[in-house]
Amino acid sequence: MTEINSVVEPVETKKFNIDTVENAAKTPDTDLPWAELGLKQNEFDEVVKVLGRRPTGAELAMYSVMWSEHCSYKSSKNHLRQFGEKVTDEMKKDMLVGIGENAGVTNLGDGWAVTFKIESHNSPSFVEPYQGAATGIGGIVRDIISMGARPVAVMDPLRFGAIDHPDTARVMHGAVAGIGGYGNSLGLPNIGGEMVFDSVYQGNPLVNALAVGVMRHEDIRLANASGKGNKVVLFGARTGGDGIGGASVLASESFDDTKPSKRPAVQVGDPFAEKVLIECCLELFKGSLVEGIQDLGAAGISCATSELASNGDGGMEVELTSVLLRDPTLTPGEILMSESQERMMAVVTPENIAAFEAVMDKWAVEYSWLGEVTDTGRLIITWDGVVIVDVDPRTVAHDGPVYDRPYARPSWQDSVQADSFTGSVQDTGRPSAPAELAAAVTELVASPNMCSKDWITNQYDRYVGGNTALAFPDDAGVVRVDEETGLGVALATDANGRYTYLDPYHGAQLALAEAYRNVATSGAVPMAVSDCLNFGSPEDPDVMWQLAEAIRGLSDACMVLGIPVTGGNVSLYNQTGTTPIHPSPVVAVLGKLDDVARRTPSGWREDGQAIYLLGTTAAELDGSEWANMRGHLGGLPPKVDLAAERELGEILINASRDGMVDSAHDLSEGGLAAALVESALRYGVGARIALQDVLDRDGVDLFTALFSESQGRAVVGVPRSEEVRFKDMCTARGFAHTRIGVVDAASGNLEINGVDTMSLAALREAHEATLPKYFG
Amino acid sequence: MTELPLIGEAIAVAAEPRLAGARIGVVTFPGTLDDRDAARAVRLAGGTAVPLWHADTTLGDVDAVVIPGGFSYGDYLRAGAIARFAPLMSKIIDAANSDAKLPVLGICNGFQILTESHLLPGSMIKNDHLKFMCRDQVLRVENSNTAWTLDYTAGQEITVPLKNQDGQYIADDKVLDALEAEGRVVFRYVGFNPNGSRRDIAGISNAAGNVVGLMPHPEHAVEVGFGPESLDGIGGSDTDGLGFFTSVLNKIVGGNK
Repeated sequence: MTEINSVVEPVETKKFNIDTVENAAKTPDTDLPWAELGLKQNEFDEVVKVLGRRPTGAELAMYSVMWSEHCSYKSSKNHLRQFGEKVTDEMKKDMLVGIGENAGVTNLGDGWAVTFKIESHNSPSFVEPYQGAATGIGGIVRDIISMGARPVAVMDPLRFGAIDHPDTARVMHGAVAGIGGYGNSLGLPNIGGEMVFDSVYQGNPLVNALAVGVMRHEDIRLANASGKGNKVVLFGARTGGDGIGGASVLASESFDDTKPSKRPAVQVGDPFAEKVLIECCLELFKGSLVEGIQDLGAAGISCATSELASNGDGGMEVELTSVLLRDPTLTPGEILMSESQERMMAVVTPENIAAFEAVMDKWAVEYSWLGEVTDTGRLIITWDGVVIVDVDPRTVAHDGPVYDRPYARPSWQDSVQADSFTGSVQDTGRPSAPAELAAAVTELVASPNMCSKDWITNQYDRYVGGNTALAFPDDAGVVRVDEETGLGVALATDANGRYTYLDPYHGAQLALAEAYRNVATSGAVPMAVSDCLNFGSPEDPDVMWQLAEAIRGLSDACMVLGIPVTGGNVSLYNQTGTTPIHPSPVVAVLGKLDDVARRTPSGWREDGQAIYLLGTTAAELDGSEWANMRGHLGGLPPKVDLAAERELGEILINASRDGMVDSAHDLSEGGLAAALVESALRYGVGARIALQDVLDRDGVDLFTALFSESQGRAVVGVPRSEEVRFKDMCTARGFAHTRIGVVDAASGNLEINGVDTMSLAALREAHEATLPKYFG
Repeated sequence: MTELPLIGEAIAVAAEPRLAGARIGVVTFPGTLDDRDAARAVRLAGGTAVPLWHADTTLGDVDAVVIPGGFSYGDYLRAGAIARFAPLMSKIIDAANSDAKLPVLGICNGFQILTESHLLPGSMIKNDHLKFMCRDQVLRVENSNTAWTLDYTAGQEITVPLKNQDGQYIADDKVLDALEAEGRVVFRYVGFNPNGSRRDIAGISNAAGNVVGLMPHPEHAVEVGFGPESLDGIGGSDTDGLGFFTSVLNKIVGGNK
């Protein structure tokens, strides 16, 4: 149909010995490399049963990628169902598009909708950190575009090995540069994330990526191919040999030393192509030029054709030689499996073809018309007119195998939970004297997990777009959506692998509670959840139990907090040999602010403001940063109280809306000590703190008050004029609140009664020196 | 309620009646990122922003041009090296060199494009620390007589965001000496040189003062709540960059009177 099509020389096709459907029917006993492509015997048998014959080479390629763990969720599906089941009508009220599409969509009001999703790009980021992390951003951003939205921000939760391990620097430099190099080139502000160092992630770093986009309600697009005779078009970058087997082989197996390098399975990104693709797609949406659209990510054309077809009228015919190639030697199977980046597939009515092509030409984006929508219920793929794929698309996209993997509480779980930090060998010499406590606070804020992350975030553009109202290190990232009304969204991601290791059910809930608290701390009303479940091998019953417990915990907690899961991703096989990572469910919560001008930053500014601690403190040091610094991991994580989290959230949201607080910072890893130092260092403004009332009320000592990681707590700065009103609100809600001090702008110190005075200059030096020391 | 404008549609209607007649063109190349931000800055300063597309062959009826930041054509070659050949650039070069002396501001990638176009001398290479850097940067306005700095005073210090990978300004000593002697060093980094730029140079002008380029981003410091003070709170204000845009608008309106 276009001149571009002629670029593909028909002569190339003659090189292949094409395995046609006709041939497959005649040669049932041909040996096929199903095991090398990641399929199990029972799965291959199922493919044969579904087709009523052996698959062709091309069909085998499609089934192997689409039935991979990464694409089919075959080990987690039975458990993930709970996210859809444990939902009330109230929770559904603002959900415009739920789980199952490229990303969920939530109603923001005023005709605005927001879509967000978090995904993993773990395995490629270990093999090739720069490209792995870069294409992680690219993939999640295309998911957002596919929904019809303009992407407006990204975030990156990262988990790497021990900070002093020689390989950590390789992963760190590559992943951070990749996230920056790709994200900065898209014009998307990076507004937050996490950075955790732990040797459990040494061979399996976690590189998760979140993107958020906004749209008008009428612009919501879905991935389906409807309307017989409508044309199917592939546009964006050309298809190359990169990323073949990325989903099936790389993301669905454990690493070990016996296999060859998997570098060729990593995709290579071109952020410029993606940026052009974003603008080009938005122009298509604006002109209502596409009926359905799907990005090409894992499993490439296999995924896009089978999902579009099975979500629409059920049929599609595609000529594979029309695909524009970077490498003309690719076989049909490779073309179907390639995970080359920056590609989209759309369905266009015949009337809109000319307008569609005009938009492509304006942005100089290459495209090729591959075929059309049919009503036959079959996905037919031809190669030079010869049929090489003839399948029911549902069997590829949706009817993959589902496993009820055996799981059981690990035999070691009880002994781990019995091994409390308090009284352990590692707990000897707990600091108590004023000088010891000051040294402990300084050591904490300089530790790898609690130190300043400026080294990372200063490599990301937080300003582009001009709508960033809060960014890391504040508790949540906040982006304005509507420039006239100030309507905006807040986002936070959290996970604590140690808590989840100690108790997967409650650990996952704690991740949700923290992300919820972070969003509320910024003043936003939490609305929706997206999760990235990073676990080891589902074939290990211990790991499978962790996954099942985490999903159960998370879905139960969502019910209590009243916010639905609208999408996410599962990343399994994150283990080296038989050693899995800590179970790491990374939870993202999205909230809404009617006016981002009312957002609450985390730092103190105004001299003389009262500082309040909300919530109560118990002796909860198991799994804490302090225990981690001392090399201990055992016991039970902090207690979860979701009702208290909700109450605290409402207090923080109301206080923000009514101007009762000027600053708020949640307490999480590192407890009160970390929160006080961070609030002071944010704007370089100190405070005088006295915790006697807390110690008396909660029956804890000063060390525990500072380092315990009890949940449901926050530190807020209250203007003098608002103090009475603020206290009345907390009292009326029956929520524990204690005045613990006052902002002191002149001193340049953080003074805590019973702790030697700490100068902000010294704290800042300790806080900021750690990452540069290790990474230059 | 506002729609999110498409790139190339970033029309911003003037807020200030006195300045509304002043039309500032904002150029979009494929890969430009800060064009809507620049258009917003023009609007907040009171003027009318007019979208310009790289492939346009006419400048239309604009009184000044902003070339915003980004990665034009991906900048996989040398930053700005391809953009200088865009059809619109030849029009901008001609207009800047004409007797009318069209005011042109190049920000970040725009500055790189201006040096590649030889409207400004010197060049930008990779930051000396080899990393992308995003930070709030204090600048000293060394020359308040250019089209884009009239609303500042010489010696004034302002804080605007800086964010780039290839921001190290270089030129040979002869060029640098000439720039200094002619008062064409318009901005200097204060306190910290973020990229190894020669003589702490953050921005320069042509001899006539109508063409100015700088690496930091004044268009990201034009609105309370979204600038360096709100995001990082370590000095300066949120709106230190607004003066670039009010300067040129006032000059245009004054000139039209």
